[in-house]
Amino acid sequence: MTELPVSTKKKLGLVIDLDICVGCHACVTSCKGWNTENYGAPLSDMDAYGADPSGTFLNRVHSFEVQPATGPAQTIHFPKSCLHCEDAPCVTVCPTGASYKRQEDGIVLVNESACIGCGLCAWACPYGARELDQAAGVMKKCTLCIDRIYNENLPEVDRVPACVRTCPAGARHFGDLGDPDSAVSQLVADRGGMDLMPELGTKPVNKYLPPRPKDRAPAAPLTPIADVQATGIAGWLDRMLEKF
Amino acid sequence: MHPAPSVIVFTVLSGLGFGFLAFLGAGVLAPVGVDAFLVFAVAYGFAVVGLVASTFHLGNPQRAWRAFTQWRTSWLSREGWASVATLLVMAPVALMAIFGATPAAIIGLVGAVLALLTVFCTSMIYAQLKTVPRWNHWMTPALFMAFALTGGAMLAGQARLAVVLCLILALLLIANFAQGDGRFAARGSTMETATGLGRIGKVRLFEPPHTGTNYLMREMIHQVGRKHVQKLRVIAVLFAAVLPALVLLVLPTGVPASVLAVALHLPGAFAARWLFFAEAEHVVGLYYGAR
Repeated sequence: MTELPVSTKKKLGLVIDLDICVGCHACVTSCKGWNTENYGAPLSDMDAYGADPSGTFLNRVHSFEVQPATGPAQTIHFPKSCLHCEDAPCVTVCPTGASYKRQEDGIVLVNESACIGCGLCAWACPYGARELDQAAGVMKKCTLCIDRIYNENLPEVDRVPACVRTCPAGARHFGDLGDPDSAVSQLVADRGGMDLMPELGTKPVNKYLPPRPKDRAPAAPLTPIADVQATGIAGWLDRMLEKF
Repeated sequence: MHPAPSVIVFTVLSGLGFGFLAFLGAGVLAPVGVDAFLVFAVAYGFAVVGLVASTFHLGNPQRAWRAFTQWRTSWLSREGWASVATLLVMAPVALMAIFGATPAAIIGLVGAVLALLTVFCTSMIYAQLKTVPRWNHWMTPALFMAFALTGGAMLAGQARLAVVLCLILALLLIANFAQGDGRFAARGSTMETATGLGRIGKVRLFEPPHTGTNYLMREMIHQVGRKHVQKLRVIAVLFAAVLPALVLLVLPTGVPASVLAVALHLPGAFAARWLFFAEAEHVVGLYYGAR
Protein backbone atom coordinates (compact mmCIF):
# COMPACT_ATOMS: atom_id res chain seq x y z
CA MET A 1 0.00 0.00 0.00
CA THR A 2 1.24 3.45 -0.80
CA GLU A 3 -0.07 4.92 2.42
CA LEU A 4 2.92 5.76 4.59
CA PRO A 5 3.18 4.21 8.03
CA VAL A 6 2.22 6.83 10.66
CA SER A 7 5.61 6.30 12.27
CA THR A 8 8.25 3.63 12.33
CA LYS A 9 10.02 2.83 15.58
CA LYS A 10 13.06 1.59 13.77
CA LYS A 11 14.59 3.94 11.20
CA LEU A 12 17.39 2.16 9.41
CA GLY A 13 19.56 4.46 7.39
CA LEU A 14 23.00 5.78 6.54
CA VAL A 15 25.12 8.50 8.03
CA ILE A 16 27.60 9.90 5.52
CA ASP A 17 30.62 11.81 6.75
CA LEU A 18 31.46 14.56 4.26
CA ASP A 19 34.60 15.31 6.25
CA ILE A 20 36.03 11.89 5.48
CA CYS A 21 34.74 10.92 2.02
CA VAL A 22 37.63 11.01 -0.45
CA GLY A 23 35.48 10.62 -3.56
CA CYS A 24 36.94 7.27 -4.65
CA HIS A 25 33.57 5.93 -5.95
CA ALA A 26 34.22 2.52 -4.36
CA CYS A 27 30.71 2.66 -2.83
CA VAL A 28 29.26 3.31 -6.30
CA THR A 29 31.03 0.27 -7.72
CA SER A 30 30.24 -2.09 -4.86
CA CYS A 31 26.61 -0.95 -4.85
CA LYS A 32 26.27 -1.62 -8.56
CA GLY A 33 28.01 -4.97 -8.15
CA TRP A 34 25.88 -6.25 -5.28
CA ASN A 35 22.59 -4.97 -6.62
CA THR A 36 23.11 -6.18 -10.16
CA GLU A 37 24.13 -9.69 -9.11
CA ASN A 38 21.45 -10.34 -6.51
CA TYR A 39 17.70 -9.59 -6.15
CA GLY A 40 15.47 -8.30 -8.94
CA ALA A 41 16.26 -6.78 -12.31
CA PRO A 42 19.99 -6.16 -12.87
CA LEU A 43 21.23 -2.55 -13.07
CA SER A 44 21.58 -2.34 -16.83
CA ASP A 45 23.97 -0.25 -18.89
CA MET A 46 22.93 1.09 -22.26
CA ASP A 47 25.49 1.51 -25.07
CA ALA A 48 28.16 0.61 -22.53
CA TYR A 49 31.01 0.48 -25.06
CA GLY A 50 29.58 3.00 -27.53
CA ALA A 51 29.69 6.74 -27.96
CA ASP A 52 26.93 7.59 -25.48
CA PRO A 53 27.09 5.20 -22.53
CA SER A 54 24.69 5.50 -19.60
CA GLY A 55 23.46 3.16 -16.91
CA THR A 56 21.41 2.64 -13.81
CA PHE A 57 23.05 3.42 -10.49
CA LEU A 58 21.57 3.50 -6.99
CA ASN A 59 24.38 5.58 -5.57
CA ARG A 60 26.38 8.34 -7.22
CA VAL A 61 29.17 10.56 -5.94
CA HIS A 62 29.04 14.23 -6.87
CA SER A 63 31.95 16.57 -6.12
CA PHE A 64 31.31 20.16 -5.10
CA GLU A 65 33.53 23.15 -4.61
CA VAL A 66 32.52 25.40 -1.75
CA GLN A 67 33.87 28.93 -1.62
CA PRO A 68 33.78 30.49 1.87
CA ALA A 69 33.50 34.29 2.23
CA THR A 70 37.25 34.43 2.93
CA GLY A 71 40.06 31.95 2.36
CA PRO A 72 40.54 29.21 -0.21
CA ALA A 73 37.77 27.02 -1.65
CA GLN A 74 37.12 23.50 -0.36
CA THR A 75 36.38 20.39 -2.43
CA ILE A 76 33.72 18.15 -0.92
CA HIS A 77 32.86 14.72 -2.26
CA PHE A 78 29.19 14.01 -1.89
CA PRO A 79 27.78 10.47 -2.18
CA LYS A 80 24.02 10.43 -2.76
CA SER A 81 21.55 7.57 -2.61
CA CYS A 82 17.99 7.11 -1.30
CA LEU A 83 17.51 8.88 2.03
CA HIS A 84 14.57 6.61 3.08
CA CYS A 85 12.49 9.67 3.99
CA GLU A 86 9.92 9.47 6.77
CA ASP A 87 7.53 11.48 4.64
CA ALA A 88 8.51 9.89 1.34
CA PRO A 89 6.73 11.64 -1.56
CA CYS A 90 7.82 8.86 -3.93
CA VAL A 91 5.62 6.36 -2.07
CA THR A 92 2.31 8.20 -2.00
CA VAL A 93 2.35 9.12 -5.70
CA CYS A 94 2.72 5.50 -6.84
CA PRO A 95 -0.48 4.38 -8.59
CA THR A 96 0.15 0.64 -8.28
CA GLY A 97 1.36 0.12 -4.74
CA ALA A 98 4.76 -1.03 -6.03
CA SER A 99 6.44 1.68 -3.98
CA TYR A 100 6.19 1.24 -0.23
CA LYS A 101 7.80 2.08 3.10
CA ARG A 102 8.26 -0.78 5.53
CA GLN A 103 6.55 -0.43 8.91
CA GLU A 104 9.16 -2.58 10.66
CA ASP A 105 12.33 -0.67 9.76
CA GLY A 106 11.35 2.30 7.58
CA ILE A 107 13.15 1.08 4.45
CA VAL A 108 11.60 2.39 1.22
CA LEU A 109 11.36 -0.34 -1.41
CA VAL A 110 9.95 -1.06 -4.87
CA ASN A 111 8.07 -4.27 -5.63
CA GLU A 112 9.38 -4.70 -9.16
CA SER A 113 6.69 -7.14 -10.24
CA ALA A 114 4.02 -4.48 -9.56
CA CYS A 115 5.90 -1.51 -11.04
CA ILE A 116 4.51 -0.22 -14.36
CA GLY A 117 7.48 2.07 -14.94
CA CYS A 118 5.50 5.32 -15.11
CA GLY A 119 8.37 7.25 -13.53
CA LEU A 120 6.18 9.44 -11.32
CA CYS A 121 8.05 8.42 -8.14
CA ALA A 122 11.33 9.59 -9.69
CA TRP A 123 9.66 12.93 -10.42
CA ALA A 124 8.44 13.17 -6.83
CA CYS A 125 11.90 12.54 -5.34
CA PRO A 126 13.92 15.75 -4.80
CA TYR A 127 17.20 13.84 -4.47
CA GLY A 128 17.38 11.91 -7.73
CA ALA A 129 17.45 8.66 -5.79
CA ARG A 130 15.31 6.65 -8.19
CA GLU A 131 16.27 5.62 -11.70
CA LEU A 132 14.08 3.80 -14.20
CA ASP A 133 16.06 0.87 -15.54
CA GLN A 134 16.00 1.22 -19.32
CA ALA A 135 16.24 -2.54 -19.98
CA ALA A 136 13.71 -3.82 -17.42
CA GLY A 137 11.37 -0.80 -17.45
CA VAL A 138 11.04 -0.85 -13.67
CA MET A 139 12.12 1.65 -11.03
CA LYS A 140 15.37 0.87 -9.21
CA LYS A 141 16.46 2.37 -5.93
CA CYS A 142 18.64 1.77 -2.87
CA THR A 143 17.26 -1.04 -0.69
CA LEU A 144 19.78 -0.44 2.10
CA CYS A 145 20.96 -3.88 0.91
CA ILE A 146 18.01 -5.52 2.59
CA ASP A 147 19.33 -8.82 1.22
CA ARG A 148 22.56 -8.35 3.20
CA ILE A 149 21.53 -6.72 6.47
CA TYR A 150 19.14 -9.54 7.47
CA ASN A 151 21.05 -12.30 5.66
CA GLU A 152 22.14 -14.94 8.15
CA ASN A 153 24.11 -16.77 5.48
CA LEU A 154 26.62 -13.93 5.52
CA PRO A 155 29.26 -13.49 8.23
CA GLU A 156 28.04 -10.88 10.72
CA VAL A 157 30.61 -8.31 9.62
CA ASP A 158 29.07 -8.35 6.13
CA ARG A 159 25.52 -7.70 7.32
CA VAL A 160 25.70 -4.00 6.41
CA PRO A 161 24.97 -2.31 3.07
CA ALA A 162 27.62 -3.02 0.41
CA CYS A 163 28.60 0.66 0.23
CA VAL A 164 29.28 0.80 3.98
CA ARG A 165 31.22 -2.49 3.96
CA THR A 166 33.35 -1.29 1.06
CA CYS A 167 34.17 2.31 2.00
CA PRO A 168 37.96 2.34 2.51
CA ALA A 169 37.88 5.65 4.37
CA GLY A 170 35.13 4.86 6.89
CA ALA A 171 32.95 7.69 5.65
CA ARG A 172 29.72 5.67 5.69
CA HIS A 173 27.86 4.39 8.73
CA PHE A 174 24.77 2.19 8.92
CA GLY A 175 22.38 1.85 11.83
CA ASP A 176 19.07 2.65 13.48
CA LEU A 177 18.46 6.38 13.49
CA GLY A 178 15.21 5.83 15.41
CA ASP A 179 17.19 4.73 18.48
CA PRO A 180 18.76 7.81 20.13
CA ASP A 181 21.42 5.62 21.79
CA SER A 182 22.66 3.94 18.60
CA ALA A 183 26.16 4.70 17.35
CA VAL A 184 24.80 6.48 14.27
CA SER A 185 22.41 8.65 16.32
CA GLN A 186 25.30 9.59 18.64
CA LEU A 187 27.41 10.50 15.64
CA VAL A 188 24.62 12.70 14.25
CA ALA A 189 24.19 14.41 17.64
CA ASP A 190 27.95 14.98 18.13
CA ARG A 191 28.66 16.28 14.65
CA GLY A 192 25.48 18.19 13.84
CA GLY A 193 24.19 15.77 11.19
CA MET A 194 21.99 17.52 8.67
CA ASP A 195 19.07 16.90 6.29
CA LEU A 196 19.25 17.61 2.57
CA MET A 197 16.68 20.11 1.25
CA PRO A 198 14.82 20.30 4.58
CA GLU A 199 12.52 22.96 3.06
CA LEU A 200 10.70 20.26 1.07
CA GLY A 201 9.48 18.52 4.24
CA THR A 202 10.52 14.99 3.28
CA LYS A 203 12.15 14.29 6.67
CA PRO A 204 15.06 12.17 5.39
CA VAL A 205 16.31 9.39 7.66
CA ASN A 206 19.82 9.44 6.18
CA LYS A 207 21.97 12.21 7.63
CA TYR A 208 25.06 13.98 6.34
CA LEU A 209 27.85 15.04 8.70
CA PRO A 210 29.19 18.44 7.61
CA PRO A 211 32.93 18.83 7.02
CA ARG A 212 34.79 19.93 10.14
CA PRO A 213 36.14 23.50 10.08
CA LYS A 214 39.53 23.65 8.37
CA ASP A 215 42.65 24.91 10.11
CA ARG A 216 43.60 28.23 8.58
CA ALA A 217 47.20 29.43 8.39
CA PRO A 218 47.44 32.90 10.04
CA ALA A 219 48.78 34.44 6.82
CA ALA A 220 49.84 33.38 3.35
CA PRO A 221 52.52 30.71 3.88
CA LEU A 222 55.31 32.41 1.91
CA THR A 223 55.00 35.86 3.50
CA PRO A 224 57.47 35.35 6.40
CA ILE A 225 60.17 34.04 4.07
CA ALA A 226 59.93 37.07 1.80
CA ASP A 227 60.38 39.35 4.80
CA VAL A 228 63.54 37.65 6.12
CA GLN A 229 66.33 40.19 6.54
CA ALA A 230 69.64 38.83 5.33
CA THR A 231 72.65 39.43 7.60
CA GLY A 232 76.44 39.19 7.25
CA ILE A 233 77.93 38.87 3.75
CA ALA A 234 74.49 38.07 2.27
CA GLY A 235 73.15 41.21 3.93
CA TRP A 236 76.00 43.32 2.51
CA LEU A 237 75.41 41.81 -0.96
CA ASP A 238 71.69 42.45 -0.62
CA ARG A 239 72.27 46.12 0.25
CA MET A 240 74.84 46.54 -2.54
CA LEU A 241 72.61 44.94 -5.22
CA GLU A 242 69.66 47.12 -4.16
CA LYS A 243 71.70 50.19 -5.22
CA PHE A 244 71.94 49.17 -8.89
CA MET B 1 11.24 18.36 -17.42
CA HIS B 2 11.49 16.29 -20.58
CA PRO B 3 8.49 17.09 -22.80
CA ALA B 4 7.68 13.50 -23.80
CA PRO B 5 5.34 13.47 -26.83
CA SER B 6 3.19 10.68 -25.32
CA VAL B 7 2.44 12.74 -22.21
CA ILE B 8 1.75 15.92 -24.19
CA VAL B 9 -0.63 14.09 -26.53
CA PHE B 10 -2.26 12.39 -23.53
CA THR B 11 -2.94 15.56 -21.54
CA VAL B 12 -4.04 17.70 -24.51
CA LEU B 13 -6.32 15.22 -26.27
CA SER B 14 -7.85 13.60 -23.19
CA GLY B 15 -8.43 17.07 -21.71
CA LEU B 16 -10.26 18.11 -24.87
CA GLY B 17 -12.25 14.85 -25.01
CA PHE B 18 -13.33 14.99 -21.37
CA GLY B 19 -14.11 18.69 -21.69
CA PHE B 20 -16.42 17.89 -24.61
CA LEU B 21 -17.97 14.98 -22.69
CA ALA B 22 -18.71 17.36 -19.81
CA PHE B 23 -20.73 19.60 -22.16
CA LEU B 24 -22.50 16.57 -23.68
CA GLY B 25 -23.31 15.23 -20.23
CA ALA B 26 -24.66 18.59 -19.14
CA GLY B 27 -27.04 18.41 -22.08
CA VAL B 28 -26.11 21.68 -23.79
CA LEU B 29 -26.12 19.73 -27.05
CA ALA B 30 -28.88 17.18 -27.72
CA PRO B 31 -27.92 15.34 -30.89
CA VAL B 32 -29.96 12.36 -32.06
CA GLY B 33 -29.28 9.41 -34.35
CA VAL B 34 -26.32 9.68 -36.71
CA ASP B 35 -25.47 13.16 -35.40
CA ALA B 36 -25.28 11.76 -31.87
CA PHE B 37 -23.06 8.93 -33.08
CA LEU B 38 -20.64 11.37 -34.74
CA VAL B 39 -20.60 13.77 -31.80
CA PHE B 40 -19.98 11.08 -29.19
CA ALA B 41 -17.43 9.40 -31.47
CA VAL B 42 -15.42 12.64 -31.52
CA ALA B 43 -15.64 13.06 -27.71
CA TYR B 44 -14.80 9.42 -26.95
CA GLY B 45 -12.15 9.47 -29.69
CA PHE B 46 -10.18 12.34 -28.15
CA ALA B 47 -10.54 10.96 -24.61
CA VAL B 48 -9.56 7.40 -25.49
CA VAL B 49 -6.71 8.28 -27.88
CA GLY B 50 -5.31 10.50 -25.11
CA LEU B 51 -5.61 7.77 -22.49
CA VAL B 52 -4.00 5.19 -24.79
CA ALA B 53 -1.12 7.60 -25.51
CA SER B 54 -0.48 7.85 -21.77
CA THR B 55 0.44 4.17 -21.67
CA PHE B 56 3.19 4.62 -24.28
CA HIS B 57 5.69 6.03 -21.80
CA LEU B 58 5.25 3.15 -19.35
CA GLY B 59 8.11 0.70 -18.84
CA ASN B 60 5.66 -2.17 -18.32
CA PRO B 61 2.26 -1.22 -19.80
CA GLN B 62 0.94 -4.80 -19.48
CA ARG B 63 0.55 -4.17 -15.74
CA ALA B 64 -1.34 -0.89 -16.19
CA TRP B 65 -4.43 -2.39 -14.49
CA ARG B 66 -2.53 -2.20 -11.20
CA ALA B 67 -2.75 1.59 -11.42
CA PHE B 68 -6.38 1.33 -10.20
CA THR B 69 -5.35 0.06 -6.75
CA GLN B 70 -3.90 3.09 -4.94
CA TRP B 71 -6.67 5.69 -5.25
CA ARG B 72 -6.36 6.52 -1.58
CA THR B 73 -3.02 8.33 -2.01
CA SER B 74 -2.20 8.56 -5.71
CA TRP B 75 -3.62 11.18 -8.08
CA LEU B 76 -2.52 9.01 -11.02
CA SER B 77 -4.63 6.16 -9.68
CA ARG B 78 -7.58 8.50 -9.04
CA GLU B 79 -7.29 9.75 -12.60
CA GLY B 80 -7.55 6.17 -13.84
CA TRP B 81 -10.75 5.61 -11.86
CA ALA B 82 -12.30 8.94 -12.83
CA SER B 83 -11.58 8.44 -16.53
CA VAL B 84 -13.00 4.92 -16.69
CA ALA B 85 -16.02 5.93 -14.60
CA THR B 86 -16.71 8.85 -16.96
CA LEU B 87 -16.51 6.68 -20.06
CA LEU B 88 -18.81 4.06 -18.48
CA VAL B 89 -21.40 6.53 -17.14
CA MET B 90 -21.52 8.43 -20.43
CA ALA B 91 -21.96 5.22 -22.47
CA PRO B 92 -25.72 4.84 -21.81
CA VAL B 93 -26.17 8.57 -22.47
CA ALA B 94 -24.45 8.15 -25.83
CA LEU B 95 -26.32 4.95 -26.74
CA MET B 96 -29.73 6.37 -25.85
CA ALA B 97 -29.05 9.52 -27.89
CA ILE B 98 -27.92 7.44 -30.86
CA PHE B 99 -30.97 5.18 -30.74
CA GLY B 100 -33.42 8.03 -30.35
CA ALA B 101 -34.35 7.68 -26.68
CA THR B 102 -34.11 10.59 -24.27
CA PRO B 103 -31.31 9.98 -21.82
CA ALA B 104 -32.10 10.70 -18.17
CA ALA B 105 -30.61 14.11 -17.37
CA ILE B 106 -29.20 12.95 -14.05
CA ILE B 107 -26.93 10.32 -15.65
CA GLY B 108 -25.55 12.94 -18.01
CA LEU B 109 -24.92 15.35 -15.15
CA VAL B 110 -23.07 12.69 -13.17
CA GLY B 111 -21.02 11.99 -16.30
CA ALA B 112 -20.26 15.71 -16.70
CA VAL B 113 -19.04 16.01 -13.11
CA LEU B 114 -16.92 12.87 -13.52
CA ALA B 115 -15.43 14.23 -16.77
CA LEU B 116 -14.31 17.43 -15.05
CA LEU B 117 -13.06 15.41 -12.08
CA THR B 118 -10.89 13.41 -14.52
CA VAL B 119 -9.29 16.60 -15.85
CA PHE B 120 -8.74 17.81 -12.28
CA CYS B 121 -7.06 14.51 -11.32
CA THR B 122 -4.80 14.74 -14.40
CA SER B 123 -3.74 18.24 -13.39
CA MET B 124 -3.06 17.17 -9.79
CA ILE B 125 -0.55 14.54 -10.98
CA TYR B 126 1.64 17.54 -11.82
CA ALA B 127 0.40 20.12 -9.33
CA GLN B 128 1.16 17.84 -6.35
CA LEU B 129 4.91 17.71 -7.06
CA LYS B 130 6.82 19.94 -4.63
CA THR B 131 9.96 19.02 -6.55
CA VAL B 132 8.77 21.00 -9.59
CA PRO B 133 7.92 24.43 -8.14
CA ARG B 134 6.49 25.77 -11.42
CA TRP B 135 3.78 23.08 -11.33
CA ASN B 136 3.19 23.06 -7.58
CA HIS B 137 0.53 25.79 -7.66
CA TRP B 138 -3.27 26.18 -7.95
CA MET B 139 -2.81 27.67 -11.42
CA THR B 140 -1.92 24.21 -12.79
CA PRO B 141 -5.39 22.70 -12.15
CA ALA B 142 -6.96 26.03 -13.16
CA LEU B 143 -5.16 25.91 -16.51
CA PHE B 144 -6.00 22.28 -17.19
CA MET B 145 -9.68 22.96 -16.42
CA ALA B 146 -9.65 26.11 -18.57
CA PHE B 147 -8.20 24.20 -21.52
CA ALA B 148 -10.75 21.37 -21.17
CA LEU B 149 -13.71 23.73 -20.85
CA THR B 150 -12.58 26.05 -23.65
CA GLY B 151 -11.98 23.21 -26.11
CA GLY B 152 -15.17 21.50 -24.97
CA ALA B 153 -17.24 24.64 -25.48
CA MET B 154 -15.83 25.08 -29.00
CA LEU B 155 -16.66 21.48 -29.94
CA ALA B 156 -20.11 21.82 -28.37
CA GLY B 157 -20.81 24.87 -30.55
CA GLN B 158 -21.22 27.18 -27.55
CA ALA B 159 -19.71 30.16 -29.34
CA ARG B 160 -20.45 32.87 -26.75
CA LEU B 161 -19.37 30.80 -23.79
CA ALA B 162 -16.28 29.69 -25.71
CA VAL B 163 -15.27 33.31 -26.34
CA VAL B 164 -15.55 34.09 -22.62
CA LEU B 165 -13.58 30.94 -21.77
CA CYS B 166 -10.92 31.90 -24.37
CA LEU B 167 -10.49 35.20 -22.57
CA ILE B 168 -10.13 33.45 -19.19
CA LEU B 169 -7.69 30.94 -20.72
CA ALA B 170 -5.56 33.71 -22.24
CA LEU B 171 -5.39 35.60 -18.94
CA LEU B 172 -4.56 32.44 -17.01
CA LEU B 173 -1.82 31.47 -19.48
CA ILE B 174 -0.22 34.92 -19.32
CA ALA B 175 -0.48 35.05 -15.52
CA ASN B 176 1.01 31.57 -15.21
CA PHE B 177 3.91 32.36 -17.56
CA ALA B 178 4.73 35.54 -15.66
CA GLN B 179 4.22 34.27 -12.13
CA GLY B 180 5.63 30.79 -12.82
CA ASP B 181 9.07 32.21 -13.62
CA GLY B 182 9.58 33.15 -9.98
CA ARG B 183 8.31 29.99 -8.33
CA PHE B 184 11.60 28.07 -8.28
CA ALA B 185 13.35 30.89 -6.45
CA ALA B 186 10.37 31.30 -4.12
CA ARG B 187 10.57 27.62 -3.13
CA GLY B 188 14.01 28.42 -1.69
CA SER B 189 15.85 25.30 -2.86
CA THR B 190 19.41 26.09 -3.91
CA MET B 191 22.65 24.16 -4.34
CA GLU B 192 23.37 25.24 -0.77
CA THR B 193 20.20 23.68 0.71
CA ALA B 194 20.50 20.64 -1.57
CA THR B 195 23.97 19.83 -0.25
CA GLY B 196 23.69 21.37 3.22
CA LEU B 197 27.03 23.05 2.51
CA GLY B 198 25.68 26.61 2.48
CA ARG B 199 26.95 27.04 6.03
CA ILE B 200 30.50 26.98 4.64
CA GLY B 201 30.00 29.14 1.58
CA LYS B 202 28.87 29.32 -2.02
CA VAL B 203 28.51 25.89 -3.66
CA ARG B 204 29.30 25.02 -7.27
CA LEU B 205 29.57 21.69 -9.05
CA PHE B 206 33.24 20.74 -9.25
CA GLU B 207 32.83 17.41 -10.99
CA PRO B 208 29.64 15.53 -11.91
CA PRO B 209 29.26 11.90 -10.77
CA HIS B 210 29.82 10.59 -14.30
CA THR B 211 31.03 11.88 -17.65
CA GLY B 212 27.93 10.82 -19.56
CA THR B 213 24.26 11.43 -19.05
CA ASN B 214 21.73 9.42 -17.04
CA TYR B 215 18.00 8.78 -16.67
CA LEU B 216 17.57 11.63 -14.18
CA MET B 217 19.24 14.17 -16.42
CA ARG B 218 17.35 13.08 -19.52
CA GLU B 219 14.03 13.09 -17.69
CA MET B 220 14.33 16.12 -15.44
CA ILE B 221 16.95 18.50 -16.79
CA HIS B 222 15.64 19.62 -20.16
CA GLN B 223 17.17 22.79 -21.53
CA VAL B 224 16.98 22.23 -25.28
CA GLY B 225 13.86 24.18 -26.21
CA ARG B 226 14.05 26.96 -23.68
CA LYS B 227 15.68 29.40 -26.09
CA HIS B 228 12.42 29.81 -28.07
CA VAL B 229 10.34 30.23 -24.96
CA GLN B 230 9.13 33.78 -25.61
CA LYS B 231 8.02 33.03 -29.19
CA LEU B 232 6.27 29.83 -28.10
CA ARG B 233 4.46 31.66 -25.31
CA VAL B 234 3.05 34.12 -27.85
CA ILE B 235 2.09 31.27 -30.19
CA ALA B 236 0.39 29.42 -27.31
CA VAL B 237 -1.76 32.39 -26.24
CA LEU B 238 -2.52 33.43 -29.83
CA PHE B 239 -3.55 30.02 -31.13
CA ALA B 240 -5.11 28.48 -28.03
CA ALA B 241 -7.26 31.49 -27.15
CA VAL B 242 -7.06 34.70 -29.22
CA LEU B 243 -7.50 33.39 -32.79
CA PRO B 244 -10.29 30.89 -31.96
CA ALA B 245 -12.14 33.66 -30.10
CA LEU B 246 -11.89 35.92 -33.17
CA VAL B 247 -13.13 33.12 -35.44
CA LEU B 248 -16.11 32.49 -33.17
CA LEU B 249 -16.92 36.20 -33.01
CA VAL B 250 -16.70 36.74 -36.78
CA LEU B 251 -18.10 33.55 -38.32
CA PRO B 252 -21.75 32.53 -37.83
CA THR B 253 -22.26 29.78 -35.25
CA GLY B 254 -22.12 26.37 -36.87
CA VAL B 255 -20.00 23.34 -37.56
CA PRO B 256 -17.46 25.15 -39.83
CA ALA B 257 -16.83 27.82 -37.20
CA SER B 258 -16.41 25.21 -34.47
CA VAL B 259 -14.07 23.07 -36.56
CA LEU B 260 -11.93 26.06 -37.52
CA ALA B 261 -11.81 27.28 -33.91
CA VAL B 262 -10.71 23.86 -32.63
CA ALA B 263 -8.22 23.51 -35.50
CA LEU B 264 -6.58 26.74 -34.32
CA HIS B 265 -6.98 25.92 -30.61
CA LEU B 266 -5.24 22.53 -30.75
CA PRO B 267 -1.80 23.70 -31.99
CA GLY B 268 -1.92 26.41 -29.33
CA ALA B 269 -2.79 23.83 -26.69
CA PHE B 270 0.10 21.63 -27.84
CA ALA B 271 2.51 24.59 -27.72
CA ALA B 272 1.29 25.53 -24.23
CA ARG B 273 1.59 21.95 -22.97
CA TRP B 274 5.05 21.56 -24.52
CA LEU B 275 6.12 24.68 -22.64
CA PHE B 276 4.44 23.36 -19.48
CA PHE B 277 6.97 20.52 -19.49
CA ALA B 278 9.99 22.14 -21.14
CA GLU B 279 9.96 25.18 -18.85
CA ALA B 280 9.44 23.20 -15.64
CA GLU B 281 12.59 22.84 -13.59
CA HIS B 282 13.10 19.97 -11.14
CA VAL B 283 15.08 20.56 -7.94
CA VAL B 284 17.27 17.50 -8.66
CA GLY B 285 19.05 19.67 -11.25
CA LEU B 286 20.69 21.48 -8.34
CA TYR B 287 22.89 18.42 -7.71
CA TYR B 288 24.06 18.66 -11.31
CA GLY B 289 24.64 22.41 -11.24
CA ALA B 290 21.87 22.74 -13.80
CA ARG B 291 18.15 23.40 -13.99
